[in-house]
Amino acid sequence: MTDRTAELEPPAIPAQPKPPGPLKEFWNSFKENRGAVIGLCIFAAFLFIAIFAPWIAPYDASEQFRDALLQPPAWQEGGSWQFPLGTDPLGRDMLSRLLHGARFSFFIGIIVVSLSLVTGVVIGVIAGFSPKWADTLIMRVMDIILSFPSLLLALVLVAILGPSLINAMIAIAVVLQPHFVRLTRAAVMSERARDYVTAAKVAGAGRFRIMFLTVLPNCLAPIIVQAALSFSTAVLDAAALGFLGMGAQPPTPEWGTMLAEAREFLLRAWWVVTLPGVCILVTVLAINLMGDGLRDALDPKLKRS
Amino acid sequence: MLQFLFKRLLTFVPTFIGVTIISFAFIRLLPGDPILLLAGERGVAPERYAELAAQFGFDQPIWRQYLDYLGGIFQGDLGISFTTKRPVLDEFFTLFPATLELSLCAITLAVIIGIPAGVIAAVNRGKFFDQALMTTALTGYSMPIFWWALLLIIVFSSGLGWTPVSGRMSLMYFFDTPTGFMLIDSLLSGQEGAFRSAVAHLILPTVVLATIPLAVIARQTRSAMLEVLGEDYVRTARAKGLSPLRVNGLHALRNAMIPVVTVIGLSVGTLLAGAILTETIFSWPGIGKWMVDSIFRRDYQVVQGGLLLIATIVMAVNLLVDVLYGMINPKIRK
Repeated sequence: MTDRTAELEPPAIPAQPKPPGPLKEFWNSFKENRGAVIGLCIFAAFLFIAIFAPWIAPYDASEQFRDALLQPPAWQEGGSWQFPLGTDPLGRDMLSRLLHGARFSFFIGIIVVSLSLVTGVVIGVIAGFSPKWADTLIMRVMDIILSFPSLLLALVLVAILGPSLINAMIAIAVVLQPHFVRLTRAAVMSERARDYVTAAKVAGAGRFRIMFLTVLPNCLAPIIVQAALSFSTAVLDAAALGFLGMGAQPPTPEWGTMLAEAREFLLRAWWVVTLPGVCILVTVLAINLMGDGLRDALDPKLKRS
Repeated sequence: MLQFLFKRLLTFVPTFIGVTIISFAFIRLLPGDPILLLAGERGVAPERYAELAAQFGFDQPIWRQYLDYLGGIFQGDLGISFTTKRPVLDEFFTLFPATLELSLCAITLAVIIGIPAGVIAAVNRGKFFDQALMTTALTGYSMPIFWWALLLIIVFSSGLGWTPVSGRMSLMYFFDTPTGFMLIDSLLSGQEGAFRSAVAHLILPTVVLATIPLAVIARQTRSAMLEVLGEDYVRTARAKGLSPLRVNGLHALRNAMIPVVTVIGLSVGTLLAGAILTETIFSWPGIGKWMVDSIFRRDYQVVQGGLLLIATIVMAVNLLVDVLYGMINPKIRK
């Protein structure tokens, strides 16, 4: 019977842990993916290098040392610690050039993703809210852009605009932007009929407010994932354009351009060919690892792979 | 089904027209006067200029020019290459078999390795093998293929001397090429060693071109398999006592194939984009290298025609994939 009195007492509520905030929740599921965390660390390192390249790099990216042409890396015979990763055919320090190259790659990634994301999302939201004819028109235009192989279209655009890094970035942004449009439109369409949108309408929210402040924030998850993947595509495509001579022009220490310059020394000096490629691969891989993690953490509906 | 087919064909038409507008606009958007560009540094006399402008139709109003261009397309007239003076369409069909051969080999390699790799990874989910395979796949997916090609050349061509560095066939052999496919033509020629030479020239470009589709197919197969492996009928099949090979290979894989087939179909664009880099590096005489060379030579009639033809191929294949997909999977035929 003592139990009964005990029951009457207010039960001791165990201290409920506060529900994790959205950021915390995201981080908890992101950190479960080991690959994604590794990707994030590498990305952070590259970000650091990209920002501080001029202070970390031992030399200027275009400084030439005429008495040390094609010097091998320090650990090889003939190398010295003066140039830890060797020098290129013009006697420039490889390490310094690679460090500065990180700058360009990130610059490219940021600009291209911002350009294609902003235009793509705006067009996508508009398409999602437009009458059927306008929506069809917009989507047909996107279909047209998508029916050209991306690199080919970028090459042709650069041929029109003239070969330079800026034009290469514009071209890549144009090629990547339809993906954002499609994704945003699809997300907007599925959100548009929800009750909270109707509620906002009833409350008298304007069209613009509903489009960009009510609906768009709820469509962000797939867009963020796409942004990460586009970043890696941008870095790869810019390097490919640089390699074909249609991107950054020498002596810019852009990794793809460096590879193109080094091609004729393919057989004589492995380091001038191998190292820029390793940098591209590691960066792109890190971003893709992160993108996979982001996808799993933000959008459980999407397939885990 | 017919209705679905018709509807899908109907979306093809505006897209195709859009593509013709873009390729038409291309020459007009180029900075500078196309005729002055064509004339080069020597310049051109005013009478000759007028003559050339009339010949290319530049003196007509723009809509008239476009209609003429469209009319030309339907008669198979895509202009004439400035450099070779041959019709663009003829050049395209001379070079296309080389790209087709390379692409078919690449996609075959990607499928043969990618699908089993994806299945094995899915069946061993979370184990070491799965992680190793998927890390490799993601690395392949992130690969700058132009660099990958250079590495393979360093190791296999110059280091080990196993494969030639460029081209499609050793200069030692000379024979007719009725089909345009080196593998077939070299066999038909009956010359000893010719076939082996064709294969040796194909290996590295195939591996390079297959890298990204291979990674995509392996990843897609794995995720499709994972989805299917959780289904009831797979459990039933297992409960019936069927061997794992039968369950995974026959029951599960067959249903997992639908998204994978779509991915394979849609990788045509990827292949053609990859062919631009691969063909340039290996001096493979296909349409990818042709396009890049033409851009550098400012042979804009070729670029214009090539752009249209390549986009049309991509669109046609996508249409085919869509229709096939609709046939396999009635659900999307709404």
